[in-house]
Amino acid sequence: MMKEKLSRSTEPKSWLRFSAPQMFYPLAGKMAPWFAAVAAVLGVVGLYIGLFVAPTDFQQGEVYRVIFIHVPAAWMSMFVYLVMAFWSAVGLVMNTRLSFMMAKALAPTGAMFCFVALWTGALWGKPTWGTYWVWDARLTSQLLLMFLYLGFMALTAAIEDPRRSDRAGALIALVGAVNVPIIYFSVSWWNTLHQGASVSLTKAPSMASTMLAGMLLMAFAAWAYTIAVTLWRVRSLILERERHTEWVGHELDAQEGRA
Amino acid sequence: MNGLMGPFMAVLRRDLMLAWRGRTDVLVTLAFFVIVVCLFPFGVGPETNQLREIAPGVLWVAALLSTLLSLNRLFAQDHADGTLEQLLLSPEPTALWVVAKVAAHWIVTGLPLVIVAPGLALLFDVQQDALGVLVLSLALGSPILALLGAVGAALTLGLRGGGVLLALLILPLYVPVLIFGAGAVDAHLGGMGASAQLLLLGGGLLGALAAAPFACAAALRIAIE
Repeated sequence: MMKEKLSRSTEPKSWLRFSAPQMFYPLAGKMAPWFAAVAAVLGVVGLYIGLFVAPTDFQQGEVYRVIFIHVPAAWMSMFVYLVMAFWSAVGLVMNTRLSFMMAKALAPTGAMFCFVALWTGALWGKPTWGTYWVWDARLTSQLLLMFLYLGFMALTAAIEDPRRSDRAGALIALVGAVNVPIIYFSVSWWNTLHQGASVSLTKAPSMASTMLAGMLLMAFAAWAYTIAVTLWRVRSLILERERHTEWVGHELDAQEGRA
Repeated sequence: MNGLMGPFMAVLRRDLMLAWRGRTDVLVTLAFFVIVVCLFPFGVGPETNQLREIAPGVLWVAALLSTLLSLNRLFAQDHADGTLEQLLLSPEPTALWVVAKVAAHWIVTGLPLVIVAPGLALLFDVQQDALGVLVLSLALGSPILALLGAVGAALTLGLRGGGVLLALLILPLYVPVLIFGAGAVDAHLGGMGASAQLLLLGGGLLGALAAAPFACAAALRIAIE
């Protein structure tokens, strides 16, 4: 314990020292439970507001309440991809291993939110539009986004050499990020050409403030959840990658001793 | 300029010659394209009106799939016999000979599709004046497919199950090309004129030509080092 403290005090004091996996590991372990707690509290409050306080929609009835899951999930799925591309770019430019690990740790959560958004969207579509799926621009780009996530995860999983896996994944994440706007605009153009004006969510009447509050709370809950889960996942990645180092040995010994 | 053209032409000529010596490999891609297109009438029924309607989409999806099928040949052989490492070690810019390789690959696998496509379109009873637009859309679009695919091919170089992985990585990125390519023919048939789609495809080709070789070069370096 003393030795660890000493070695830590010789490190530079800048926050950049946390880019070393060894330094980030304990920090992530300290932060993750807090974010998880915030996610739980916000989620409970948001769901309470969404399911009990917010008024019934006069057009759609109770069905609209799926929005409190659906919209935050859709937001997060897109945002997480951006964050992933950001960490990939940082990793490729600054050559920091932790950045690649962050990108890798984010991907499953992004894909999960993508799937949740598509799934709840389908369940919402059936009673309101009369069909589980329409080839609407938003739905289609969401589907393609999920394929991008799956491609990233499949590629990084298929390459055994961690260095190559990290860089290849980062490159495909960046290529995907460049293509996401192109895909979105081409798909919306295609859709308007083929179907004319189809069902659109943007034309929905303005929202009651409690609805908005519930949705924002749920969105923040999704943020906190993503951060917590990513930190936990990155901790596992760090241990896996650094398993040959001394500090991981000490860390695991300490954890076993505590248990 | 001359200094760059030399290695470019050398790689192009080499790849074309290698392709010529293994002609059957190339013909397989073309045969795949023809067969996939010919499967659709069996699937959706022989009704002429319906076939006419789906023809552009069918031809384009088939072109996408056959491009994908041929892609792992782009670098695999050179990777296996060490040529790729030598090329990477050479002082010539990587992006330059990547473009040469992709150009040779397109001449060998993409150009035949462009030439054969109008004949296949006639099987679907597409109006004859739309054939020019179809050829043009494929001629502009299939090089984009080859350029984007080269990035994926470089990333999945030498991996187990690389072919399937390549499909998962690259097919979502092909969607805009598919939309504008098939959309060009549809727009022409619908009387709207295809210039918007063709211009977008042309712009896409220039953009891909500018960016994809560098991404591909980076991917090759990642794969080899």
